[in-house]
Amino acid sequence: MPIHEPALGDQRRKEVWRQCLSVGVATGAYAISFGALSVAAGLNLWQTIALSTLLFSGASQFAVVGIVAAGGSGAAAVATSTLLGLRNGLYGLQMSRLLGVSGLRRVAAAQLTIDESTAVGVAQPERSAQRLGFWGTGLAVFVLWNLLTILGAVVGNALGDPKRFGLDAAAPAAFCGLLWPRLRSGDARAVAAVSAVIALVVAPHSPAGIPVLVAALAAIVAGLLPTREPDDIGTLSTSPDEEPPG
Amino acid sequence: MTLWTTVLLASGLAFALKFLGYVVPHQLLDGPALSRVTAMLPVALLSALVAVQTFTGSGGGLTLDARAAGVAVAVTALLLRAPFLVVVILAAATAATLRALGWG
Repeated sequence: MPIHEPALGDQRRKEVWRQCLSVGVATGAYAISFGALSVAAGLNLWQTIALSTLLFSGASQFAVVGIVAAGGSGAAAVATSTLLGLRNGLYGLQMSRLLGVSGLRRVAAAQLTIDESTAVGVAQPERSAQRLGFWGTGLAVFVLWNLLTILGAVVGNALGDPKRFGLDAAAPAAFCGLLWPRLRSGDARAVAAVSAVIALVVAPHSPAGIPVLVAALAAIVAGLLPTREPDDIGTLSTSPDEEPPG
Repeated sequence: MTLWTTVLLASGLAFALKFLGYVVPHQLLDGPALSRVTAMLPVALLSALVAVQTFTGSGGGLTLDARAAGVAVAVTALLLRAPFLVVVILAAATAATLRALGWG
């Protein structure tokens, strides 16, 4: 970026860092349940860690282990994970304008592009704070997410039979937690209801993993129809510390 | 597909999507309809995952068991603004308790 930007004052810098770290801690905590569910689904420790470092997008990671646990095919797991990750591409589009990165920094920025880092970044009024917010949050979440994934996997391994401890109920509960903050608009609630019904209608007649993909059509139809609440479909929240990990 | 293939393929595609946002020309992907679809996709997928993982048994048939009670408790906890980890633990504890008592 050729435009001259004033440096952030100490006070603002501290404020932004505090936001980054609080979002990092709040989000990282979810990784404990991810690690536990992943080993309960039958992934080993290294596969669980690989998902957190390489995939690094909460909803997609939960979907992969959820579909594997339900006996779904690898193809269905990959397809669902990828559809869930589409929004990160859109975040990348927004962040590339604000960050102005190239080369290796662009690769790093892309990997750290998730709900939380984008939300904290775009919520800042000044350009330099936007960059600090994005990088600080992305790094804080990345470090804590990976450390707590390992903790969750080790605890999950020690527990043994997942059903005895209700881990098969923990997985849909985790998806509820991820879904909750996205249900603020009427349109979103309608899409959620329709897609749940579609999935349950399709489920008895198709292999595991497929009902969820069929239900995604509800989103595509809803997105292409004219919307009733044009400004409230919530791609990003302005209160990132209440958001679950993407 | 082996588990490793699934893990690495999902990871590779996830990164490709993130990176694509940084390299494609902005006007190419900027339509309002696309933004709406992108915002609604997680809602549809997550909601379908909740439904399927709560109400279907092995083979995809509809069942009602301890998981439904666990998820009902999770939704109540979310309505009461409980943190994520508490929501998940309450759901697991509910299902585990019901099973220990011999239900579901």
